[in-house]
Amino acid sequence: MSREAILKKFEPSLDNILYILHELQDNNTQHYISKEDLKACAEYLNLPYSYVHGVATFYTMFSLKPRGQHIIRLCDSPPCHLMGSASLLDYLKKKLNIEIGETTTDSVFTLELSSCLGVCGVAPAMMINDEMFGNLTPEKVDAILEERRKSR
Amino acid sequence: MVPYRKRRLQEQKMIKATINNVDIEVAEGTTILEAAKKLHLNIPTLCHHPDLTPEGSCGICVVEVEGFPTLKRACMTLLEQGWKVYTNTARVRNARKEIVELIFSNHDTDCLTCIKNGKCELQDLAATLGIRTFEYPKADKKKEIDTSSVAIIRDPNKCILCGRCIQVCSKIQTVNALTLSQRGYDTVITTVFGEGMGNSVCVNCGQCTVYCPVGALYEKSQVEEVWEALNNPDKHVVVQEAPAIRATLGEEFDLEPGSLVAGKMHAALRRLKFDAVFDTNFTADLTIMEEGTEVVERIKAGKNLPVITSCSPGWIKFMETFYPHLMANVSTAKSPQQMFGPLSKTYYAELKGISKEKIVSVSIMPCTAKKFEAQRPEMKASGYQDVDFVLTTRELARMLREAGIDLKEMPDEPADDPLGEYTGAATIFGATGGVMEAALRSAYFLVTGRELENIDILPVRGMAGIKEAEVDVDGLKLKVAVAHGLGNARKLLDKVSDQLAKEGKSEYHFIEIMACPGGCVGGGGQPWGSDMARRARRGETLYEEDKSLPFRRSHENPSIKAIYEKYLGHPYSDKSHHLLHTHYYKRSPLDGKVLLEE
Amino acid sequence: MNMVRSHVLISIDAGTIMAGARAVEEALVKEIASQGLAEEIAVLETGSIGITGRGVVVVVYPEGIYYAGVTPNDVPELVEEHLLKGRPLKRLMLAEAPKRYVIKREKTGLLKEQPRVVLRNSGIINPESIDEYIAAQGYEAIAKALTSMTPEEVISEVKSSGLSGRGGASFPTGLKWEFARKAPDPEKYIICNADEGEPGTFKDRLILEGDPHKLIEGMLIAGYAVGAQKGFVYIRGEYTLSTERMEKAITEAKAYGLLGAHILDSDFSFDIFIMKGAGAYVCGEETALIESLEGRRGHPRNKPPYPVTEGLWGKPTIVNNVETLANIPEIIKNGATWFKAYGTEKCPGTKVYTILGHVATPGLIETEMGTTLRDIIYEYGGGIKEGKKFKGALVGGAAGAFLGPDMLDVQMDFVNLKEYAAVLGSGAILVMNEDASIVEMLKSVLHFFKHESCGHCVPCRLGTAQLVEIVDRLAAHEGKKEDLDKLLKISKVMRDTSFCPLGQSLYLPISSALKYFKDEILSHVKQAAS
Repeated sequence: MSREAILKKFEPSLDNILYILHELQDNNTQHYISKEDLKACAEYLNLPYSYVHGVATFYTMFSLKPRGQHIIRLCDSPPCHLMGSASLLDYLKKKLNIEIGETTTDSVFTLELSSCLGVCGVAPAMMINDEMFGNLTPEKVDAILEERRKSR
Repeated sequence: MVPYRKRRLQEQKMIKATINNVDIEVAEGTTILEAAKKLHLNIPTLCHHPDLTPEGSCGICVVEVEGFPTLKRACMTLLEQGWKVYTNTARVRNARKEIVELIFSNHDTDCLTCIKNGKCELQDLAATLGIRTFEYPKADKKKEIDTSSVAIIRDPNKCILCGRCIQVCSKIQTVNALTLSQRGYDTVITTVFGEGMGNSVCVNCGQCTVYCPVGALYEKSQVEEVWEALNNPDKHVVVQEAPAIRATLGEEFDLEPGSLVAGKMHAALRRLKFDAVFDTNFTADLTIMEEGTEVVERIKAGKNLPVITSCSPGWIKFMETFYPHLMANVSTAKSPQQMFGPLSKTYYAELKGISKEKIVSVSIMPCTAKKFEAQRPEMKASGYQDVDFVLTTRELARMLREAGIDLKEMPDEPADDPLGEYTGAATIFGATGGVMEAALRSAYFLVTGRELENIDILPVRGMAGIKEAEVDVDGLKLKVAVAHGLGNARKLLDKVSDQLAKEGKSEYHFIEIMACPGGCVGGGGQPWGSDMARRARRGETLYEEDKSLPFRRSHENPSIKAIYEKYLGHPYSDKSHHLLHTHYYKRSPLDGKVLLEE
Repeated sequence: MNMVRSHVLISIDAGTIMAGARAVEEALVKEIASQGLAEEIAVLETGSIGITGRGVVVVVYPEGIYYAGVTPNDVPELVEEHLLKGRPLKRLMLAEAPKRYVIKREKTGLLKEQPRVVLRNSGIINPESIDEYIAAQGYEAIAKALTSMTPEEVISEVKSSGLSGRGGASFPTGLKWEFARKAPDPEKYIICNADEGEPGTFKDRLILEGDPHKLIEGMLIAGYAVGAQKGFVYIRGEYTLSTERMEKAITEAKAYGLLGAHILDSDFSFDIFIMKGAGAYVCGEETALIESLEGRRGHPRNKPPYPVTEGLWGKPTIVNNVETLANIPEIIKNGATWFKAYGTEKCPGTKVYTILGHVATPGLIETEMGTTLRDIIYEYGGGIKEGKKFKGALVGGAAGAFLGPDMLDVQMDFVNLKEYAAVLGSGAILVMNEDASIVEMLKSVLHFFKHESCGHCVPCRLGTAQLVEIVDRLAAHEGKKEDLDKLLKISKVMRDTSFCPLGQSLYLPISSALKYFKDEILSHVKQAAS
């Protein structure tokens, strides 16, 4: 969908800003909010550019940096921590050869940490794009990433 | 930021309470901080500023209120009936100290080399609270200092995130160059994408530097460059001082706010070894001649009304960025600083027989935006950069202190000819409404050939955000308006834009806009510690000087008459146009960059 | 519903979808059809039935037999054995057949064991069907309120029920409504706080996914009671399925005239809108949520004024948690006296808990206020996994308290726990076995708060950073002796001076950890080289 078409879906009022930013990001092939997106949002809502920037940087689901095709958000909250998320994080870092917040050189995966994903019954858990995965083990992570890599 | 709303009052009720066991009765809606002040009890604060809405970010002003589990912020908690407030309990004192220590953990405490050394509110607070150790390790990573702007430097290592700069930039000035970015421990105050003040919509008004309690925002100094010029025997260094300087410089030398130091200022500058000490007030009178003529011509022709003043460079960039559709309404007359610049390198140079390139033209300004204005590429009417260096009031005070010149002990001396003589009309340029009043004094004469009898035009004076007046000029009812502070300007201009769009004309003929609240006396380069009350006091000083001067109308200034006779011909002449008038550029409302004409 | 012989309920929630519930559902439908059973057996989607971590869960009624860990490969066998031949497939049946999974609707002698108020319909009805909700006495409460009660009577009923806020703060709900009703401004709002971010808590998600109409009904009643015209559901951005189900429910309710103008031909008009969060724990705080809803950074506001007088866009606003609102229809339908039969005297009703960590059967339960930690862990949670010993539990979320074994038999409700310097909070119970490290847990909690601090006030922004530095040192066995005191000192000042509850609440996990597990934390202090 074009940027204009996304904006037109919403009334140009301040309380739609999070919705607009969500949609702009979802429609960006690099899963981020670009400068152009931010500018378009600011102009559409008649808000200062700096204001929109301030809002966008407050919420962790928004990224102002290009991201990979699959965004891994590993939950690092206390329940997942108790069930071993820390070692999974090390495993993911090593396997993907990136640090938190970085994207693999082939732009397939971005690794992020997330606060509680709300699926603590199956801790440790992670989210890849819109999909949740729980009861994670290194083997399970291998299988999930492999499948994702193929589906690109 | 966090909105703070005073409780809506149905009727004024009185509240009885105690503070440190002392009875107090205040009107409902009074904060604990205000109530304590009535008892001569100063609760320490840091992020609080009397001109701004309390945001409660620092937590220094906490007090204990009996019956509440947590401490309360005195700056934003309204006193309630029967409360027992304690301001100095062990819990309170401990909390305040801990907070300062926490601030230190994320603040580079390089006080000795800080521009704010001795004038820093955090330093004062640490002294007041008796902080003797650094409790916590320092953050090891240095953040990059933003030097992208020609006017203002921003040092995030000193920033304590009090939020004052953002509030003044977004609420008072409505420029919105600064914003909070990121969250939590990573929160920073920055421009969009951290691209720097120089690459943003910042209009260089410098109000953020006035409100910053620490050394995180300050002017980009040219003191060293001026010292170098003064010490260079091949250079002929001339200086001009803006109208507002004479009402504020004294504050830097322990004089009462509002002390008039025009003569002492000239004397002090001579002792700094400037080759000629002129006065911007002279070109303020000249501005009235040029701008006043333009106003009269345009009102007669009914062209591009209302005419809007052009002396405030913060306002000019604001207009170029946010109100480009009003560009044709803005007077083409340069500001007094930029009229002085080319004249110092043409008229004066020729008179003295000094070659242009030898002249270094320095200005002392209440303003950080003047630094930007001097460096605008079109400001080269003399063939050289017309004004070489711009120093703020604060920078001049530093030079004088370094040179050991005690301003308050200086004799009163006049400025030098031929660019030094001035009238009362010029001196009030430094206060909001002053340009309007000065222009009306002369415009009346230009239209009618007679002098305006009552030249004190009181409705345009004072600190009201938007002021209006109507002047009868031989039957023509001239409607004028004055706005100071860009937020007020926005309100007025939105109304004007609306009228122009809907009716094709506005109710106003002439509008004065000053970027800073209070006008230039409240400029971004003025001594630290201004609040609205002090700005008002400084303004009154200028009106007092106006009253004391032999000439109070710009067209009566003998030196002005002389320059037209000898050099410029008449106002609005070709020569005037070349030297004294300018043009503007449309800018992007996203980053303030000049937009190429479509 | 159709005249069918059996219902096969498949739990479709975020957890089971992860485990492949959609594929199993597809396989079931296909297999049932190919066995020619399509006319007599219905496959129905339902929300979570409270079992997590056990893969895809399927229930066959009328027998009420639970299967867990079902995969598409199991489906042919399951259909053939159970549905065709009537022989339950033992291999996949939930072995323990715990009592709490057998849901009886009537208030029988079993009441003590399975009181379900909030989760009455969860896991039984299809959350995507308004008809099923209505068939389960849905929207009767709003009908009753609109036809036979004044708004004041509704408020009075809620007040006398003793219901208090289930998001953690436990403010009396009826009182809150009364304040908003009395606020002079005629324009008022109801906000359902579904920004569930407290680590270890997912009860609201399961209510949203499992019974969205109940929430709509609760909001309608709230709107009627306080005189509001509009409601907002602020759902956290990560809850995709919750948002979809809620959207669908709103659409259906509108189509049935249960939302919009003149609801049930009354003078009451009400609309509900969904707002999607974008990842900020602090937006669970009501004023930060309002800021976010208005389109700003989620910084909390100063209180007073409270939202009941000046909330969304400066108008009187009720912010209620999902679970709180889900209680409302039952209270109005059955009366305050009925409600007060549950729970304790000071804290009537039930509480939805999430039991997590080292328990045999982690999941979601609803039980009466006053249930002990021991009962929750051993009766509902199936005890400690792999026969290990109980070490402690973090009760009430990240902002909760670490409780040791001597707290196992304390009655848990909002009021009673306060006496023990603990909180019920959001109802998350994170259980730790003997191998768990308290310092590691504390580290995780403190990192969480540092990450989620909004950054507005100094105590929280910089206090959390210092706390993290200290706990990281302890976790690396590099701690200093004075570190324990410093943890307490900083968190105490944060409790006293932080702008909002986020920073204020950190004192609790720290002080409780130091109270129950001081020796263990001390063992992380670096021994002086000798």
